[in-house]
Amino acid sequence: MTLRIEDGCAIVTGGSRGIGLAVAEKLATAGMNLILVGRSEQTALQKVAEEIASRHDRRVLTVSGDVGKPETAQKAARLAFSEFRRLDALVNNAGILDDALIGMISEDSIDTTLSTNIKGVINFTQSSARLMERGGGGSIVNVSSIIGRFGNTGQIVYGASKAAVIGATLSAAKELASRQIRVNAVAPGYIATDMIKNIDKETDQQRRDSIGMGRIGQPGDVANAVLFLVSDLSSYVTGQVLGVDGAMLV
Amino acid sequence: MTDDEKIFLVFKDVLKISDDVDRSTLRYNETNGWDSIGHMSLIAGLEDSFDCMLDTDDILDMSSFDKAREIMGKYRDSSD
Repeated sequence: MTLRIEDGCAIVTGGSRGIGLAVAEKLATAGMNLILVGRSEQTALQKVAEEIASRHDRRVLTVSGDVGKPETAQKAARLAFSEFRRLDALVNNAGILDDALIGMISEDSIDTTLSTNIKGVINFTQSSARLMERGGGGSIVNVSSIIGRFGNTGQIVYGASKAAVIGATLSAAKELASRQIRVNAVAPGYIATDMIKNIDKETDQQRRDSIGMGRIGQPGDVANAVLFLVSDLSSYVTGQVLGVDGAMLV
Repeated sequence: MTDDEKIFLVFKDVLKISDDVDRSTLRYNETNGWDSIGHMSLIAGLEDSFDCMLDTDDILDMSSFDKAREIMGKYRDSSD
């Protein structure tokens, strides 16, 4: 069975670690060339890219910048155009988490979170869709969160930003369907990444206990779902939010 | 083929206009078919024809045929 993505090109934001890195590895394994976008210094991002490229014999390029700035998205789309003349997939994964209880949330935290988590999705969707259209279509996968679907204490800003990602996904799916561009979201639950490393032991255990399948999710679990949505296995699926949470309750 | 002809070919194809239309009258939201969806089709056609990628500011500024001619002049020799 072919996934029909071999030799295609994908942009992965936040692709240097965690879920983004697992997605990048998965797409490279499936034969895609990549453009990784990250806030890391160019040399650090470049190192990750070189490692993936050598492991999978693919071309892996990088763009270092803030996804909340339109110029970063344009730079990535231009790189896809100049180097590959095509763009088949966009994975909007870059995101930040800054927990705070209501009454203790700084304006800076709100602005930074919304800029990265939702402005980034809109910027990259806008810059990438035209290039996908020129190639006859493509797939956009946005990484939302279980918190964006069900909410959680201490995560009003993060939850709002991830709910916005779902709203953006549903609207973009309708607008881009006629151009054969599919737009879907994944909503990960509790996943073992750097994002949860500062959570206190008690909260960590509570969250693990709330997972029906009895184990924390791995970045690879999310990457598998993303691969499905990027590939032609989901060729008639658009405007959907796929939970990847092991039956977690929040 | 001149740039002017290349641009007009795209307009003609997307907006279904005749060869003898007065090009100076072609305007966004005034010319039949040149709405927001038609605009994005025009942009895609121009990018294909000039083998380039337009900046977002240029896409938003392209409000008439004359403006399109002015903007596409910047991308004339673009091989990106």
